Amino acid sequence: MFAALHDTKLVWLCFGVLFLLVVSTLIGQALKRRRTDSSRSTIDNLNARIRAWWKMCAIFAVAVTIGNTGALILFALISFLAMREYMTLVPTRRGDHLTLFWSFFVIMPLQYYLIGIQWYGFFAIMIPVLAFVFVPTSIAIAGDTEHFLERAAKIQFGIMVCAYCLSHAPALLLLKIPGFEGHDARLLLYLVIVDQMSDVLQYVWGKLIGKHKIAWRVSPNKTWEGFVGGVASATALGTALWWATPFTPLQSAGMSFTICLLGFAGGLVMSAIKRDIGIKDFGVVIEGHGGILDRIDSLCFAAPIFFHLIRYYFVP
Amino acid sequence: MSNGIHPIASFLAALARGITGVQVQWAGCEPNERQRIYFANHTSHLDFVVLWSALPSEIRARTRPIAAKDYWEQTSLRRYLAANVFRAVLLERGVASKAQHTEEAHFVGRHLMDQMVEALGTENSLILFPEGTRGTGEKLAPFRSGIYHLAQHRPDVELVPAYLENMNRILPKGEFLPVPMLSLLTFGKPVQVEPDEPKDLFLERAREAVASLRRIGNA
Repeated sequence: MFAALHDTKLVWLCFGVLFLLVVSTLIGQALKRRRTDSSRSTIDNLNARIRAWWKMCAIFAVAVTIGNTGALILFALISFLAMREYMTLVPTRRGDHLTLFWSFFVIMPLQYYLIGIQWYGFFAIMIPVLAFVFVPTSIAIAGDTEHFLERAAKIQFGIMVCAYCLSHAPALLLLKIPGFEGHDARLLLYLVIVDQMSDVLQYVWGKLIGKHKIAWRVSPNKTWEGFVGGVASATALGTALWWATPFTPLQSAGMSFTICLLGFAGGLVMSAIKRDIGIKDFGVVIEGHGGILDRIDSLCFAAPIFFHLIRYYFVP
Repeated sequence: MSNGIHPIASFLAALARGITGVQVQWAGCEPNERQRIYFANHTSHLDFVVLWSALPSEIRARTRPIAAKDYWEQTSLRRYLAANVFRAVLLERGVASKAQHTEEAHFVGRHLMDQMVEALGTENSLILFPEGTRGTGEKLAPFRSGIYHLAQHRPDVELVPAYLENMNRILPKGEFLPVPMLSLLTFGKPVQVEPDEPKDLFLERAREAVASLRRIGNA
């Protein structure tokens, strides 16, 4: 416990995040003083986002400080909340009840337990193989065939995104990279920083110079300018953080570029799902439950690929 | 009076709030200490506990549920929960409609009414599910007449409609394992019986008051 505090480079990463928070808060407050009526809502929204970032970083810092178990519990909780938002909004029927109960209380916790006991083989196949067979079987046994394929697919997709994909972020702590033992928490932080900064920077670049929409039907806020600017600057940031990772600067550039692209893909796919269901944010339908899934959609796609890239290239 | 709440009741209320993640919206009135009858749609065993837990604790201590005697007296656990933990007012269901003669129906009806009026007393509020039984959540069943007679007996008591969203997906009838979906509880504008308003008209109006609070279309 608290081993994280002895890892100087990890502490530096945390100070870096703190620095970003302070700078963005100062910018936010400066903008607030100069705001005009036309920019009011954008700036208030920006400051609300910054406040939320302080809270999220604080929670994350506490979890990482506690150690691997802390990070594992935090991500299990995020999975739970994200899956709760997803399943609430996806139409399910009475016949799905027991399957859903299993998804929340057996499949999802088991996925995180497998990371805890470091059983990689089972961790990797439990949801894509076992849950894949279990979900439709269990719905079929319940006997309601109305929209059967849709229901089975939607539930399986939710488990894949919210539990399986996301669990690859804390699973980074499983990796035994020669010469990097005991520092896996830095990889987790690296992934989260690059992925989330890519989101933030795409938003910022988009607001500043965004003009040409990428897929306006899916997500009206995503522009080519925001995409290129955000990905380029987040990749630059990731490259600059190479000292905290087992990567060379060039490898770090490749890794962070991959994270940014996948993060973009995750955000785009979840936006398409939201359009399909007919909502703007996963959090808005039930006010106060601030859209956890909206925040982590990019991480869900980036985490598993980042995990496997490292596992393939850096773990003998 | 707030310490008149049974500790198990407080525990179950907290548990129910955790499972349902319920968001409470007072859309048509504010929580206050007036005597009230809260009436809502009924799809789940969690309905009462969630609605009850949404009230401020000093009001909660004086708010009792109306529940079906035949169901809540079946096992000793249910009996204990109903009588000791939640101080439920247990009423016999459907006896009035099964009665052979109109006089008999009137007599039984009056007896039920007396029990509810007595439970209200001078300071209590009640929670009532006028559909009389748990539904599937698709459509509200027609309301039973109890709420009409009660409103006529005690015109000073406010009738507050409420809608519980998604409870049928969290813990539907016949299941005992909950699925932790998110839910929403909306309190609406109080309704009143107009002078000389026929029973059926009022019941339909009260039902509409509950149904209009629905926000999310369930599958």
